[in-house]
Amino acid sequence: MTATGPSEEPLGVLPSASDGEVDLEALGLKEEDLRELYRLMALTRRADLEATALQRQGELAVYPPLIGQEAAQVGSAFALRESDWIFPSYRELGAALVRGVGLVEYLHFYRATWHGGTYDAREHRFGYVSVPVGSQILHAVGYAMGARLDGDPLVALTYFGDGATSEGDFHEGCNFAAVFRAPVIFFCQNNQWAISVPVSAQTVAPIWKKAEAYGFPGVCVDGNDVLAVYLATREAAARAREDGTPTLIEAVTYRLGPHSTADDASRYQPGEEVESWKARDPLVRYRAWLEGTGLADQTFLDEVEGEAKSFAAEMRSGVIGSDPRPVEEMFRWVFEDVPPHLARQRNEALRFAAEAGDPEVKTRRA
Amino acid sequence: MVKALNEALRRSLSEDDRTLVLGEDVGVLGGVFRVTDGLQAEFGDKRVFDTPLAEAAIAGVSLGLALAGWRPVAEMQFDGFSYPALDQVISHVAKYRYRSRGRQTVPIVIRIPFAGGIGAAEHHSESPEAYYAHTAGLKVVAPSTPIDAYDLLRASIADPDPVIFFEPKSRYWSKEEGDLDGASALPIGKARVLREGSDCTVIAYGAMVARSLAAAHAAAARGTELEVLDLRTLVPLDLDALAASVRRTGRAVVVHEAPLTAGFGAEVVARLMEDAFDYLEAPVLRVTGYDTPYPPATIESHYLPSVERILDAVDRVTNY
Ligand SMILES: Cc1ncc(C[n+]2csc(CCOP(=O)(O)OP(=O)(O)O)c2C)c(N)n1
Ligand SMILES: [Mg+2]
Repeated sequence: MTATGPSEEPLGVLPSASDGEVDLEALGLKEEDLRELYRLMALTRRADLEATALQRQGELAVYPPLIGQEAAQVGSAFALRESDWIFPSYRELGAALVRGVGLVEYLHFYRATWHGGTYDAREHRFGYVSVPVGSQILHAVGYAMGARLDGDPLVALTYFGDGATSEGDFHEGCNFAAVFRAPVIFFCQNNQWAISVPVSAQTVAPIWKKAEAYGFPGVCVDGNDVLAVYLATREAAARAREDGTPTLIEAVTYRLGPHSTADDASRYQPGEEVESWKARDPLVRYRAWLEGTGLADQTFLDEVEGEAKSFAAEMRSGVIGSDPRPVEEMFRWVFEDVPPHLARQRNEALRFAAEAGDPEVKTRRA
Repeated sequence: MVKALNEALRRSLSEDDRTLVLGEDVGVLGGVFRVTDGLQAEFGDKRVFDTPLAEAAIAGVSLGLALAGWRPVAEMQFDGFSYPALDQVISHVAKYRYRSRGRQTVPIVIRIPFAGGIGAAEHHSESPEAYYAHTAGLKVVAPSTPIDAYDLLRASIADPDPVIFFEPKSRYWSKEEGDLDGASALPIGKARVLREGSDCTVIAYGAMVARSLAAAHAAAARGTELEVLDLRTLVPLDLDALAASVRRTGRAVVVHEAPLTAGFGAEVVARLMEDAFDYLEAPVLRVTGYDTPYPPATIESHYLPSVERILDAVDRVTNY
């Protein structure tokens, strides 16, 4: 079984019927890994729904749901080694979860308490949330170039959307990676939409095919098939580690939710299209296969369900319980030191905050 | 204001069939702020169209379209996403007339929703006007009220030169009584006194005009009469109106959301030193955002010029 080799049909592993055959040996995953993939997807689904709910209740400023893209994110992040880096965009809560990033810390970005989130990117080798579309792609390329200079057998994977493939940063990143043989996995989640613009209006040629022009493999994979995503990513990582060959993976998936909680997708997204993709729900599909093959029983599924519930509840209380950062922090990390002109501004801001009775400032002074 | 801008686009599209509207999500969606709502349905997808997601291309192809005789009105979805286009804007859009020795103009309008105060996520609240004002060859416009937004957008589209049109997001939902008939329209390059006062001039543009008016209201209750001057356009700057107002009041405070250092306020202050020095009773002060990245929205109120900060500056210049 191999994910490489251009084909017009997205690569799939999961059979469409729940009792079909999968060559598990070729996949190289142990039974507990197969269950772990499900667990991670289920936790992601729960946490994502909870984040959307938190935004609706005014606890987050905005949130871009990833519902429908769990397999694409979990399958790819799971295929990496811990030492590999991930450079996400803004919709990768699922990949963050796989990486062990605290989701409360992740959601500080969307609570508008701290830009990027408050987690330590280096600890998790998971870059900060990056909103300017496509910009993070170049960071992955640079990181991979640096690792190669150091002789580290690392891979840098970057997530981006179908819309991002129109930005110069994507094309420049692909070219740099090819020229410098930088071990990068360009992981495009083609969820069919860039806000209101369908992928058909975004680009004419298939996304995965663009790799050919840059001189490295392009792979098209069923992004709602977690095993296919895993396989394609693992193979891309092996190529990258071997001799720095980059790979462009197009994971064909679907954005089942709005672009973000600020978006009204009913203005442009056809209801029938959404329904047809709901029938291919990656979580439901994988669960059916696990059950069909006997890899998962009801006890396991109940356990995961219970864990997901408490996981989301914990996330919720962590988010709700977090206050705005102290005003002083606005000035603290602009430079290594706070230069005189900024110190003056900081003192002014703190004076006004104190006069306005900002409780944060008062407690800090007390 | 959203409706007024929408109407300005609608009338420009219907009066001149060379006018085009392009950008990300401006078609079916009508723009993320609905400024282009209904325009594609009315004028078709050849004249109002979504582009692929690429700001440099939006600016660069607008230039090409202008060379081909079209009048593109391009949208940058947000202030913080206008930067990929800077190379095209600075290197070409701004310089085309100059490089062609006046033979060729590129009448492009680039609309940019700008500034903060709306509780948005990172990159959605920036005030990049100084970058553009610093670039010779660009007109820079920033309305503060709905009717003026209408008048200025109409004037910008009609203008023979490229115009960077800043729309203050926090005023998008503001309302104003009156007709969109251009009756009270002032041209690009003219400032407007929105409130007369004798003690100090407060100079602002965009969303900070409303904030300055609120400060003037509060000051009046304490017996201080502030004059509020709405710049409306940063380039060309209405030097006469600036000097005239400050010569009358002898004092001035400049307000903007953008950071202090090398912000547009520095330009205004320098002009006042040149043109009103003999009339000044006190140093001119600036009330601005701080020299930090635009902060997370949960603390943005501490960053943005507040009525209190404006009044504090007014106190300092009036008690000088
Ligand atoms: C440079 C830039 N331009 C515009 C935007 C506004 N914007 C945010 S997401 C988005 C669409 C992105 O679509 P895609 O790349 O397919 O990713 P998806 O949101 O579908 O995950 C746009 C236009 C932005 N964040 N950055
Ligand atoms: Mg997309």
